[in-house]
Amino acid sequence: MPQTMSLLDASLDGGFGQPVFEAQAAFRLLMDAMARPGSRHRVDADVAAPGLSGPAQATLALTLCDADTPVWCDDAPPALGAWLAFHTGASLTAAPGEAAFAFVGLGGAVPDDLPLGSQDYPDRSATLVIEVRGFGEGERFRLAGPGIDGSCDLAVDGLPEDFAAFRAANRALFPRGLDVVLTAGREIVALPRSTHFIPSEG
Amino acid sequence: MNAATYNFAYLDEQTKRMIRRAILKALAIPGYQVPFAAREMPMPYGWGTGGVQVTAAVIGPGDVLKVIDQGADDTTNAVSIRAFFRKVAGVATTTHTAEATVIQTRHRIPEYPLKEGQILVYQVPIPEPLRFLEPRETETRVMHGLEDYGLMHVKLYEDIAHHGRIATAYAYPVKVAGRYVMDPSPIPKFDNPKMTMSPALQLFGAGREKRIYAVPPYTEVKSLDFEDHPFEVQTFNEPCALCGARNVYLDEVVLDDRGGRMFVCSDTDNCESRRTGTGAQS
Repeated sequence: MPQTMSLLDASLDGGFGQPVFEAQAAFRLLMDAMARPGSRHRVDADVAAPGLSGPAQATLALTLCDADTPVWCDDAPPALGAWLAFHTGASLTAAPGEAAFAFVGLGGAVPDDLPLGSQDYPDRSATLVIEVRGFGEGERFRLAGPGIDGSCDLAVDGLPEDFAAFRAANRALFPRGLDVVLTAGREIVALPRSTHFIPSEG
Repeated sequence: MNAATYNFAYLDEQTKRMIRRAILKALAIPGYQVPFAAREMPMPYGWGTGGVQVTAAVIGPGDVLKVIDQGADDTTNAVSIRAFFRKVAGVATTTHTAEATVIQTRHRIPEYPLKEGQILVYQVPIPEPLRFLEPRETETRVMHGLEDYGLMHVKLYEDIAHHGRIATAYAYPVKVAGRYVMDPSPIPKFDNPKMTMSPALQLFGAGREKRIYAVPPYTEVKSLDFEDHPFEVQTFNEPCALCGARNVYLDEVVLDDRGGRMFVCSDTDNCESRRTGTGAQS
């Protein structure tokens, strides 16, 4: 019984206090992040989901997920399914191939069979959300492409292994491919598939 | 107080989420038309239902909304959409381009240069640039997928063969970020150069056709042309008859039934600001 109670508590807490306005504010932040790849943004909402890494990942789930978007999460605890169902109506899926959103924790591996979209409908692809340790230090990249005035630099600490190779392969699929959102606690950096990702020395 | 009977910005939250997801995908694939489940809006198709749904999905309580119809802030469409969002979202509205955070537009881009952080929402009647060349959606999908835009160049070439120049004057096709050919909505081609490398975010909504597409800031938007017939914008011989502005887009106004006419600014806010010497002006 106590265990049931804690599962229930975990699934009821951690949502938006003001769903309409907090979702709108979070979406504008995400839209700005996606429109200007590599730019750093900070979510304000005090939200938390059992099994998702931090407020940024929970905010993204609350803002974009619903019954139309199956969610995949590595090592998802049972409470996450209940939390998603209660707050968003989204269902957890064990098959990455069915996911609209995939959440990867710090140090987790990117599943290799997420939907990439088709040549005719490239929008039917997953959005991949990866928790990293932080921005401003670590592996350095130079970004270019739509949304970037010339080029910009991004440093990320705690990326999955071979992330640069994954990004290069992903860019080569364009217009198909995954859109990546990196999260670190409250911080968000978006890397849509259109972004060129150039490893830079130093 | 009657606004309390609606959800904020009219649309329900699930519809907004669906539109928001479409907008994010549209930003990730610049120029690609993302299908979305457009809702019936309390206005007829052709009055900007696509633009209204995009605006409703992005707008927040702190936004300042400007709505223009063919450049004018004071025509029926613009006035009623501004009133709509004042009622259902309680947002502030303005006619001044520089003060607006969200600008919904029917067929013009304001003369005053847009800046970073502003969002321009276009109302789009027919989003598919290839539709008049190939009526089948299944075929145009494949053409976009294969980047097969030869037919569009043939169309522009036939313009030259018939008229000696590219005669397309509005909805002039553009290529976005070197990949997708996109209909910029029926803006005059005069406005096309304002789209490329714009610091503002550009979103396009087609309600009847159920498509959303986008151009992120600082993205190349190239008007299609040929080396020996480069893209050109319209030019006007006279300045605006009211404010004297040159290098702006002018509307022809018929004054009487004896051939009297005048050319005045299409952008009413820019024209008024110039005449009164107030506000920001180009």
